[in-house]
Amino acid sequence: MKYTEVAIVGGGPAGLTAAMSAAKLGAEVILIDRNDYLGGQLIKQTHRFFGSKQQRASERGIDIARELSDQVMNIPNIQVMTEATVLGYYEDGVLLVEQNKKIITIHPKRIVISTGGAEKTLLFPNNDLPGVYGAGAVQTLVNVYGVKPGKKVLMVGAGNIGVIVSYQLLQAGIEVVAIIEAAPKIGAYWVHAAKVVRAGVPILTRHTIVKAHGEREVNGATVVRLDENWQPITGTQKKLDVDVICLSVGLTPLSELLWQAGCKMVYVPELGGNVPLRNEHLETSVPGIYVAGDVAGIEEASAAMMEGSLAGLEAAASLGYTSETLQENLRDVLEQLKGLRSGSVGEKIRKGMEQVSLG
Amino acid sequence: MLPQDGIVRPEDVASVLPPEERLAQGPVAIAECFQNIPCDPCYHNCKQGAIQEFKEINDRPQIIFDKCNGCGTCMSRCPGLAIFVVDATFSDSEAIVKIPYEFLPIPDVNETVTAINRAGQAVGEARVVRVQNTKVQDRTVIVWLAVPKELMLEVRHFKVRGVQ
Ligand SMILES: Cc1cc2nc3c(=O)[nH]c(=O)nc-3n(C[C@H](O)[C@H](O)[C@H](O)COP(=O)(O)OP(=O)(O)OC[C@H]3O[C@@H](n4cnc5c(N)ncnc54)[C@H](O)[C@@H]3O)c2cc1C
Ligand code: SF4
Ligand code: SF4
Repeated sequence: MKYTEVAIVGGGPAGLTAAMSAAKLGAEVILIDRNDYLGGQLIKQTHRFFGSKQQRASERGIDIARELSDQVMNIPNIQVMTEATVLGYYEDGVLLVEQNKKIITIHPKRIVISTGGAEKTLLFPNNDLPGVYGAGAVQTLVNVYGVKPGKKVLMVGAGNIGVIVSYQLLQAGIEVVAIIEAAPKIGAYWVHAAKVVRAGVPILTRHTIVKAHGEREVNGATVVRLDENWQPITGTQKKLDVDVICLSVGLTPLSELLWQAGCKMVYVPELGGNVPLRNEHLETSVPGIYVAGDVAGIEEASAAMMEGSLAGLEAAASLGYTSETLQENLRDVLEQLKGLRSGSVGEKIRKGMEQVSLG
Repeated sequence: MLPQDGIVRPEDVASVLPPEERLAQGPVAIAECFQNIPCDPCYHNCKQGAIQEFKEINDRPQIIFDKCNGCGTCMSRCPGLAIFVVDATFSDSEAIVKIPYEFLPIPDVNETVTAINRAGQAVGEARVVRVQNTKVQDRTVIVWLAVPKELMLEVRHFKVRGVQ
């Protein structure tokens, strides 16, 4: 059995900032990630991020990932475990971790869960054919491993992820035949949409996929136009010549560990699915278990980083660590989070956040 | 319409264009950013103070055209690649359009490329006049295209010949 003060599950932007801020207050930290690298989703985000200067807007996710991981690796009171999967949480507060085919048990005083999200999928005939991928998988293939998933792609979903992954496919020299979106409006920022459209990709709103074609792999897709009531309009079916169908229909929090730990959960569509209730310190209904990032509600990396800082500070502070600037730092993070969630594009998140507060 | 198909239309652009007199004086930026989104690097990166201060991060950029010298610094910091610089004074028949570009191959100076409009359609030919690709631009290249003057408010992308 290993003992530590703070264990952090997930080394994405939320986990990295949580580790850093807990360690800077003085806590002894173990950061665990199942990948062989740190950075989570950021490792494949080659595009510039939106946001404000404070939250590193205009920088590329890949660069933020590299910088945060380097910092974390250089802080002596953080022990990093990669290729290590947290399999379970036991009621006596023990985490069960698998690393190099060995089982390790860790007993932390505090836990920050920052496991991120998982991709949602879509029901249609033949959606199990090779060639049907999640957008995240395609992004990993192209941007992490340098592998082209195919030659002609149909992207399903015109949210930020669908549009950005389409852009990255174009950058990799892959044709994107169309982006389809069932809703009447593009969900992605319009500037992103405009940039793929001028590069030659049509965006078809009020369209959905009817089926994938092919025997052993995808060789086409049929799409159809939808009316105001989201019903297919007869006679508008169109067969597209594609060998990849890329689904980008949203993320859902990866919350198994929270369920296992018995955290009170609530279904909030605005935040992507089941999320834990939490107090203003980001502590769940199980004392000592904190959440940060997409697992607490699907948002952006900037929000994940802010939440990570907050959870890390709070977890360490609850162990008695403090600093002259602690209160100020906490206030600052909360202010920044509020700013991020302001405005009309933050409306959905604000609505979601109203439903998750504990007590 | 833009929210339905992602195509920026002349009516959208009309609201953000510099006046004719300003266009006639030389290079000037046009921010084709039409949605209130939490984003402000354009404002922070203009050393001329030509982008009006954002009261709130969701504000849209407002360029003070008389202060803008068309330097293009804002272009390569914009995550939306939504800012372009046009220079109507390049020659009698041609104008320069500066395009933010993140594809390969990067064209050479004097190369002829296919000029593309906001809907992704080819609208003619353009000649590459300059390629800016410094370290601060961080992999967002700025390509200066010479285009027929009447196309300067239409060309917003280009394709290198022989590349799909
Ligand atoms: C295509 C795309 C484009 C995006 N664009 C932007 C953008 O422009 N701006 C922006 O701000 N955000 C953007 N985001 C969002 C951003 O990437 C995420 O919001 C952010 O990465 C969430 O951070 P996180 O730390 O919560 O989760 P993640 O980055 O998902 O990290 C979670 C980590 O936990 C690990 N993990 C999970 N379960 C376990 C376990 N049981 N044991 C061990 N490790 C585990 C995972 O391996 C992963 O490394 C984008 C996302 C995508 C997919
Ligand atoms: S082109 Fe230069 S001066 Fe004009 S708005 Fe951009 S940064 Fe400012
Ligand atoms: S940086 Fe670009 S996308 Fe962001 S507000 Fe300025 S013009 Fe719009």
